[in-house]
Amino acid sequence: MELLINNAMVYDPVNGIDGEKIDIAVKNGRIVEASELRDAKVLDARGLVAMPGGVDIHSHIAGPKVNKGRLLRPEDHLRVVKRRGEGLRPIVGYTIPTTFTTGYWYASMGYTTVMEPSTPPLETRHTHEELNDTPIIDKACFPVVDSNWFVLEYLKEGDIDGCAAYLSWLLRSVKGYALKLVSPGSEEAWGWGEGLRGIDDPVPHFEITPREIIRGLYRVNRLLRLPSPIHIHCNDLGAPGNYKVTLDTMRCVEDLVEEDRPSLHIVHIQFNAYAGSGWGDLSSGASELAKYVNSHSHVTADLGQVLFEDTTTMTADGPWQYVLHRLSGNKWVNHDVEAETGGGIVPYEYRRKSYVNAIQWTIGLEFALQVKDPWKLCLTTDHPNGGPFIEYPRIMAWLMSSKAREAALARINRRARRKSALGSMDREYTLYELAVVTSAAPARILGLKGKGHLGIGADADIALYRLDPHSTDLSRDYRRVREALRRAAYTIKGGEIVAVDGEAIKTTYGKTYWVDVEVPERDEERIKRDLQERFESYYSVRLENYPIEEGDLRVSSPLHIRAEGV
Amino acid sequence: METFIGVPCPFCGCLCDDLEVTVEGERIIKVGNGCTYSLTKYLNYNRDRVAAPMIREGDEQVAVEISVAIERAARVLFEANYPVLYGWSFTSSEAIGLGIELAEEVGGAIDNTTSVCHGPALEALQDLGLPGCTLGQVKNRADLIIYWGSNPLQSHLRHMSRYTIGAEGRWRKSRDDRTLVVVDVRKTYTARVADYFIQVEPNRDYELITALRMALRHEEIEQDRVAGVPVEDIEELADLMRGCEFGALFYGLGLTMSYGKNMNIDILTSLVRDLNRWTKFVMMPMRGHYNVNGANIVFLWLTGYPFAVDLSHGYPIYAPGVTSAVDILSRNESDASLIISSDPAAHFPRRAVENLFSNPLIVIDPRRTVTSMKADVVIPSALVGIECEGTAYRMDGVPIKLRGVVKPPKGILSDEEILRGILTEVRRLKREG
Repeated sequence: MELLINNAMVYDPVNGIDGEKIDIAVKNGRIVEASELRDAKVLDARGLVAMPGGVDIHSHIAGPKVNKGRLLRPEDHLRVVKRRGEGLRPIVGYTIPTTFTTGYWYASMGYTTVMEPSTPPLETRHTHEELNDTPIIDKACFPVVDSNWFVLEYLKEGDIDGCAAYLSWLLRSVKGYALKLVSPGSEEAWGWGEGLRGIDDPVPHFEITPREIIRGLYRVNRLLRLPSPIHIHCNDLGAPGNYKVTLDTMRCVEDLVEEDRPSLHIVHIQFNAYAGSGWGDLSSGASELAKYVNSHSHVTADLGQVLFEDTTTMTADGPWQYVLHRLSGNKWVNHDVEAETGGGIVPYEYRRKSYVNAIQWTIGLEFALQVKDPWKLCLTTDHPNGGPFIEYPRIMAWLMSSKAREAALARINRRARRKSALGSMDREYTLYELAVVTSAAPARILGLKGKGHLGIGADADIALYRLDPHSTDLSRDYRRVREALRRAAYTIKGGEIVAVDGEAIKTTYGKTYWVDVEVPERDEERIKRDLQERFESYYSVRLENYPIEEGDLRVSSPLHIRAEGV
Repeated sequence: METFIGVPCPFCGCLCDDLEVTVEGERIIKVGNGCTYSLTKYLNYNRDRVAAPMIREGDEQVAVEISVAIERAARVLFEANYPVLYGWSFTSSEAIGLGIELAEEVGGAIDNTTSVCHGPALEALQDLGLPGCTLGQVKNRADLIIYWGSNPLQSHLRHMSRYTIGAEGRWRKSRDDRTLVVVDVRKTYTARVADYFIQVEPNRDYELITALRMALRHEEIEQDRVAGVPVEDIEELADLMRGCEFGALFYGLGLTMSYGKNMNIDILTSLVRDLNRWTKFVMMPMRGHYNVNGANIVFLWLTGYPFAVDLSHGYPIYAPGVTSAVDILSRNESDASLIISSDPAAHFPRRAVENLFSNPLIVIDPRRTVTSMKADVVIPSALVGIECEGTAYRMDGVPIKLRGVVKPPKGILSDEEILRGILTEVRRLKREG
């Protein structure tokens, strides 16, 4: 299959292209030199902007937690429905759409790669079954490991090699891509109905602190040479004053940093950027966090911006989800997973007239506008926690247009508006910077070499938007920008046109990435014995029924890695 | 002779995965670790099998080639205005996914056995949520176990030894480390081994749970008895619940199918939510079929709803009571049925069964059933977990891959293969107009 995209205005930050008219040639799913084409279909992209397909580094799209969310909220499914079409399954959704809807909707916005950021290892077979039924996009999932009994025990003994060997086994067994930490240690405490405060509170019975867990897994991640750093949902999420815990978290690995590139990724940092001592004086800690991120090279973050929507919160942070249930009075699902992790789901509506919600909204944008280097930031809402992914273009408009921000600010709670510094920030993201935070940066942080750029050899994942920066004032006409980004003119995935004018046109299936890490044989043998001895006493299933086979993934795409010492 | 170990059992919601199945030649001759139900299924797996696909001609069912049966089944569904596709709980997730795709293609209603079983529990979840966990959490941590309207010693035979009072957990090692409470309308087998047995008057559970919630808050209960239970016993139970370190409450059809139905689970959920203010407390429905939870789960990720899904408009509509199979059939609204891994003619109300038999009826099942005996198309299938593989979901949501230990009888396909065949044929018929 050959495609030649002519006359598009290209934004390709990896290759330094900032709005140039460049032809893009596609062959066999890759971007190639135009000279290699023999018989290409020509797509005239005059008046269109081309960007590498969107990469969502953190979005809850598949697995037991997401599915329990679907069960909890039949009312959510009434908000958008669309009849099945030719070769297309029905669309049902909004904040927790069906798996087919997820794939079609991401494609409609020009997104082509999405990461499911937190899956409980024991139930990850379920996550993969759902990912298998999520069309078009390439995907991967991150097993949650911070409250895993084997991990806690290895780290308590200081056995980094053992922990690394165990996690290489785990990643292979559940076909995971990166290591996820969620309020480290908290899910184990929540197994008893308790929580942790800060990063120096020991986990009951295991007597290891979040700080020790974070540092241990940081070292393990490097040892395993994983393509992506550890992803961490910081402790004390949602609590006023928690920006200090976030700073502690970022600082706690400073002495371990060896290279001059990112090695710690803070997820949905907005929810952990709160100053103040209570709900009444909640204020922004975004400046402090941005200052730290600006002056340190080891940290990256994704945003976790909130939208004024009736949405669904769902995280592995069991204690926090319970707190949210008590605060809001809304229905609540809790699901703790033996020897591994936990989680909860609570519907939640962010209201512009609520002081707290309005402050939350300003905090995310403040952070994004104060981080100087866009390569350190990825655009997310922690879908669906902050809002549904289908509304990302609203956030894009706020980043790119101070006028859009003004219009939104005018409608929020007055006290929040006065308290926030957002009104005085006039920075506007350029299209180039937008391409960084929605594609190039997440691809780089994930270590997905074929994604996030349009250079020769890249995967042919391309988004074409009906935007002409020469004839449109991107700041003043923010509504048009928003609409253009919401309905991509064309979305190309693996060289195939999969969406036109913001509608998916066919059901294709992308790849599921996972990491296959080889560790030193002596460590592998050692942990095998540990597994045989302890697994059955910890779990309620047998060891041999735990791993997932490669054939269980619709399209398996492993990254083969040799850990240090191999 | 070969012995397979770690074999997951395809019977009930316990999904025990430690069976040891011995096969000689092509016959299963021994099953280790399994309960009576498991043994019955494995050792009788060849009984009452349908030997070949059949089509009804007059009063007789005549053996035909599989391709003929599949074509006829596809034609029945293609020509129907409003077919019902029902069953699903006793087959693999992969088959269920294909069933939904088929229902979308033919514009029918698709429903699983939840609608006549734990449906009320899921409806209550949609209202209030559910504080829950996986079974290993209970095994390791729970010091208080409650079975309410559930009699595991007769329904889920190894539940207690694998997951609750008899299991060796990290912090609870033996029976002595747990307290067992049973609430039921009569003294069941499980009640006989309980530390506390609360006999509740039939259909009065809602009042009893309300009184428990009051007792938890130290509120004054004005009567001497509620639902037949002395108030001192209610207060004692409340103290027990509030004072435990980790409580786990399992509930069954005693609550979901007695007066109040989903309202019983509604208030039970409120009770467990309340308890989380004082201690750690979880609840879990005792799912019956080995993959009824899987049916809910697959339905959810494909349609947004756990059962009773109408696809006749081209998108999912969920309205239990309207779109549930037993109700559609009872009101005579459907004009064809596909029944898979279920026997509704043996269980459903008379009017529903009359509709089943007076319209074209397709049955996909390994065995002869009451439903299949009068069906227009009968397609025999392989037994998941014995003759073919497939994913199932345990009552707590843990997915386990079932395996085959023997080959299916000659010419017998899996549910997956059969459904794929029907789907392909339906699409062909639609293309031809």
